[in-house]
Amino acid sequence: MSAAVSSMSYLGAGYSLRSWFTTRDHKRIAILYAVSITVFFFMGGTAASLIRLELLSPHGTLVTAETYNKLFTAHGVIMVWFFLIPSIPATLGNFLVPLMIGAHDLAFPRLNLLSWYLYIFGALFTLAALIAGGVDTGWTFYAPFSTMFSTSYVVATVTGVFIVGFSSILTGLNFIVTVHRLRTPGLGFFQLPLFVWAIYATSLILVLATPVLAMTLVLVAAERLFGIGIFDPALGGDPLLFQHLFWFYSHPAVYIMILPAMGVVSEVVTCFARKPVFGYHMMAYAIVAIASIGFLVWGHHMFVSGQSMYAGMTFSLLSYLVAIPSAIKVFNWTATLYKGSISFAAPMLYALGFILLFMLGGLTGLFLASLALDVHLTDTYFVIAHFHYIMVGGSVMAYFAGIHFWWPKITGRMYSERWAQFAAVVIFVGFNVTFFPQYILGIEGMPRRYHDYPSEFQVLHVFSSAGAAILALGYLLPFVYLAWSLRFGSPAGPNPWNARGLEWQTASPPPQENFPTKPDIPARPYDYAPEPAAAPS
Amino acid sequence: MSSVISMPPAASELAGHVDALLWSVTAITAGVAIAIIVLLVTFSIRYRRAAAVDRMMRDAAGEHRHWLEITWIGVPFLIFLGFFFWGARLYFSYESPPAESLQIYVVARQWMWKIEHASGAREINELHVPRGRPVKLVMTSQDVIHSFYVPAFRVKRDVVPGRFAALWFTATRSGEYHLLCAEYCGTDHSRMGGRIVVMEPDAYARWLESRPHESSLASRGAAKFVTFGCSGCHVGSVVVHAPDLSHLYGRTIPLADGSFVRVDERYLRDSILLPSKEIAAGYADDMPSFAGRASEEDLLELIEYIKSLAPQPTVAGAGDSP
Repeated sequence: MSAAVSSMSYLGAGYSLRSWFTTRDHKRIAILYAVSITVFFFMGGTAASLIRLELLSPHGTLVTAETYNKLFTAHGVIMVWFFLIPSIPATLGNFLVPLMIGAHDLAFPRLNLLSWYLYIFGALFTLAALIAGGVDTGWTFYAPFSTMFSTSYVVATVTGVFIVGFSSILTGLNFIVTVHRLRTPGLGFFQLPLFVWAIYATSLILVLATPVLAMTLVLVAAERLFGIGIFDPALGGDPLLFQHLFWFYSHPAVYIMILPAMGVVSEVVTCFARKPVFGYHMMAYAIVAIASIGFLVWGHHMFVSGQSMYAGMTFSLLSYLVAIPSAIKVFNWTATLYKGSISFAAPMLYALGFILLFMLGGLTGLFLASLALDVHLTDTYFVIAHFHYIMVGGSVMAYFAGIHFWWPKITGRMYSERWAQFAAVVIFVGFNVTFFPQYILGIEGMPRRYHDYPSEFQVLHVFSSAGAAILALGYLLPFVYLAWSLRFGSPAGPNPWNARGLEWQTASPPPQENFPTKPDIPARPYDYAPEPAAAPS
Repeated sequence: MSSVISMPPAASELAGHVDALLWSVTAITAGVAIAIIVLLVTFSIRYRRAAAVDRMMRDAAGEHRHWLEITWIGVPFLIFLGFFFWGARLYFSYESPPAESLQIYVVARQWMWKIEHASGAREINELHVPRGRPVKLVMTSQDVIHSFYVPAFRVKRDVVPGRFAALWFTATRSGEYHLLCAEYCGTDHSRMGGRIVVMEPDAYARWLESRPHESSLASRGAAKFVTFGCSGCHVGSVVVHAPDLSHLYGRTIPLADGSFVRVDERYLRDSILLPSKEIAAGYADDMPSFAGRASEEDLLELIEYIKSLAPQPTVAGAGDSP
């Protein structure tokens, strides 16, 4: 711990727990988040592993139906609200947004720390519910099952999610104000890296959609605790009202998970292709288009629920519309490679994996947006495969790309490149073996959330479980070699990738105040030029 | 492997159309995926850092790029519109049961399917239907949301408590098929299944006749019409001014608020449980609600009885339009 962690560095600003738990430095808060979400990632992953073990056999032998239902609920709740939603924004976003815009911190550093405390506070509620006996509603909390019929710890879980929602809202607010007010003089919106655009658009969704989730969860608790009829028809309520409110948040929530991932991949692809992002303006507009149209497609979760046929048709058309900006992004990343000077360091491998998996997830979304196909495919494993391609193949892959890309900046150390490349390949293979069979299962009519299933589906389930074992190994590898690098990694220097973003102009790890002197602002973002053939650094 | 990757049989009229759409969308999206993968791999190899190739961009001004970008916005847009219209057309027919359908009631609860045939025959977790005739299921739930899913027919419909949901199909192949619950409904969700038995029409007629049934749904409804006290007001009362229910089902009637409503299962159900919701024009809002008193089965029987008071439509839709 010598040169890399100098007394100037944010890491050297204090070693006591107190110095961490009372910090207002966005970089330290990012580390607090990174540690917390990693714990939840492994908890959610454990639940997933048990699910895949159970499904090896068609007639549940490992756990009871009740336990199985609690396992997939825990997996969903933990992964969605305690890992995916905070993942890239609260860790990489927190660390990088001020650095990328040449600022000293976020606009409201105390609020930023409060967000983390709210996250932990909410997480404890949910953990308490899980330890006390679990929840069996599924992460979707569909009424009236959740409000009147489930005998599990619904209110405690919902309270945890409600509290975490405020963490989301405050984080979003912080980013919006920061991007508007704290850009270093001379840095215009169209000079911002696409990562900042993505975090900005994500923040708009966090601020606008999360309150709807909060209200919905309060209504669930009100009906459950006090019998106030809102969703249960026996009390005069309407179950479809719940679905409209829930998906009004939860569909945009998918974009909360994927937009930051797109931002990360844009940064990585351009750096390792040594070429400016193809169609920078179009890429920025596409981010904004996805965030806006994404608010208008929630009804595509309800094509067989009994909403009106014309509502179904409208939501189907809008869903196809939101697919266009997503397609643009895939085309533009591909075009960025054209005439580049491409090297395949670990971040690039993860990013290329993202492009492939996100593309497959997006293309299968076209099946589900089609009304007649959705009637057959909805609530089957096809949907499970589709959203895991987006959220795991997409978001988690990009999160890993980002962690590897900015690891030298965050820690000042280099990890083992070979192990990192190896892990990227293992994760890519394991992911596909796990989830591709699930597309076929869905087409064949295998419903989701089944503890017991018809035996003709067993072969594909066994494939999927075998893939999950590979995937689990893949996810453990970075945990090991990244931890190893903290002590034994070679010092990274300020800019090991020779990247162009402002964050690379300062030391690694950055000093507490980020920039001792005002950073140079490039005339245009991604000012890369193809380099002549040379030994990759 | 061929048995591992195989579609469930296509056993309804809709299924063939859905499969045609499914394989068309699969072919087009697979084509796009392969094209992108080929480009990614080609660029990755050709422009790898160690390769000595020409990297000069000829159009620094970016004229070609706009042309490219417009193409890859426009072409997907047109393809998506095609997917949309094709899917929406099939969905329209999925949403529009023919008037001459054979109607069967389904009552779902944790964790079983109860089937009520008009003849009075009942089944649990099994549904027998004739081949070649449109069948319309009128479904409701006694507790939470369930979903009636028959993969071989490519149809699925959520069964929501407090309302009727309709699902229709025309089975085209005799045989037995999975009936599954597709909406998570609690502990034994995965065991809430059974089978659909599609029979030749004459075999179906014999089967229906052989089932034990004391009396038809409608005649049971007639008895309940008296025991619930409906007949006290709705049959020739001089004290209370209540609508005459004969010749009512299937008509379109004016409401007190000036709008019109078609008298179908949904309207009859709501009028029994929520009588103040849609008052027929010319009548007072003085009927008591039967919510909490009439069970889902009672409602089906009463509705079947009221339907039996109206002549069955001989030609689909004749004289029904407002």
